[in-house]
Amino acid sequence: MCGIVGFLAKKPELSRLLGEFVVPMLTCMGDRGPDSAGLAVFGEPVGPTLRRFNLYAPERCFDWSAFEQQLATRLGGEIEVSALENHAVLIGSVNPVRFKAWLTETYPALHLLSTGRTIDVYKDEGHPAEIARRYHFAQFNGTHAVGHTRMATESAVSPAHAHPFTAGEDFCLVHNGSLSNPYSVRRKLEKRGICFETDNDTEAACRFLEWRMSEGDALEAAIGKGFDELDGFFTLLMATADKLILVRDPFACKPAVAVETDEYVAISSEYRALAHLPGVKDARIFEPVPEQIYSWTVSSPST
Amino acid sequence: MDRVIPLDLTRLTVRELNHFLHHELPTGDAVRVEILNPNGMHNLAVGLDAPADIDILGHAGYFIAGMNKRANVTVHGNVGWSVAENIMSGTVRVKGCASECAGASGHGGLLVIEEDASSRCGISMKGCDIVVGGSVGHMSAFMAQAGTLVVCGDAGGSLGDSLYEATIYVGGTIHSLGADAQEEPMTASDASRVSDLLTKAGIARDPKSFKRVASKRSLYHWHADAGQEY
Repeated sequence: MCGIVGFLAKKPELSRLLGEFVVPMLTCMGDRGPDSAGLAVFGEPVGPTLRRFNLYAPERCFDWSAFEQQLATRLGGEIEVSALENHAVLIGSVNPVRFKAWLTETYPALHLLSTGRTIDVYKDEGHPAEIARRYHFAQFNGTHAVGHTRMATESAVSPAHAHPFTAGEDFCLVHNGSLSNPYSVRRKLEKRGICFETDNDTEAACRFLEWRMSEGDALEAAIGKGFDELDGFFTLLMATADKLILVRDPFACKPAVAVETDEYVAISSEYRALAHLPGVKDARIFEPVPEQIYSWTVSSPST
Repeated sequence: MDRVIPLDLTRLTVRELNHFLHHELPTGDAVRVEILNPNGMHNLAVGLDAPADIDILGHAGYFIAGMNKRANVTVHGNVGWSVAENIMSGTVRVKGCASECAGASGHGGLLVIEEDASSRCGISMKGCDIVVGGSVGHMSAFMAQAGTLVVCGDAGGSLGDSLYEATIYVGGTIHSLGADAQEEPMTASDASRVSDLLTKAGIARDPKSFKRVASKRSLYHWHADAGQEY
């Protein structure tokens, strides 16, 4: 089944409360996806020469300080690692390609969750409410966020198989539905040297769209090509550094409801996950129609 | 004056609410129940079989008033998927919009959606009447077997696909007709049928401005010639 949630704050005072708005949304949608969950949050960008990397370690007692020392020795530059439970955020002037290569060789058990200047991604196994507590989601602030609660139907339950999926920099995607041609999409992309990390169908959609963007398409144009390429059921919610984008497949059998006020945009699989939001009862509430691209831009873009 | 019974969903579970509506409604007097704080919850007022008036004060979730018999349920807000699914009799009225599959497989009674209904409205309806004040989404009245769907606004793609003996009336434009659905001339009896349903729904429109859509009946039998193409 799965649940999706998204929130975009139009005013700075709401950005500071992002986590408080999103946690009840994610917890409520735990009914649609109790086996794992994830959240991507877009905040203040780091400087143009820096990158944020989010990492997941299978063991809770992973030695992040040894990791930090080894990384500094091998790749040099200023590096800062802050860890919580199985998760760590690394900020440094590190080349993403070199970092990924070093990580794969030196720490193959670590999973790179995200790369970019604005994005942080958390995902783990367990009930969404428990994951939100474990990683202190309620304290998060940022301009926009995308979350997912998973009920796995097509591939294993693991932190790597949970959503959001990321590809490239500052881009993530969550998916409610199932693709029927993920392997043919995957084979096309692998021929172009694009590497996959899981056998999850959503990863194919994520990497397809990111590939189109790396070829110069805007996300909206990439989604247009996605309608031709991706077969199956999907409600997709995506985010970049300054945008939140929602689409549903032509059949539209996976739900979505959106609320927009002067202060925020909120999206969920079901209205009940939005019922706690301020002013929602009198807000503009609508169901996104099939094959239409809904896009909202952060008012002061994170660049 | 009706006796009003308030039921607050910040204090009751959905199971307790429905148990009350099934087993503890006072009989004899005219009873009106107000359901407070629905907050998008699912399965409210399902399986009713009593001549009660139920008002749901706010937006509600999936399967509202499913299998309704005799009761008059009014939602003062929007509803999620499958409102009045399998409605048997009585009236279900949504003052706002309805999501997908409104009135799915309904056998009797009346469903009124004052604003828009989403895709698959009236899918597989089996004798109920549905009046939509606004527009309906794609695949509405798919495989509809009996009853009437009146759409005052526009209809989305593939309207009435694989239609049996239900009749559809559309006041606005039809994006496309589904397989085996066709537009037919409006007769005086069609206008009177639409007029009657619009009156019941409380919607003022000229019944003669509607288009009639019904089944071509060409899918009723297997065509050996078509089969041989495969």
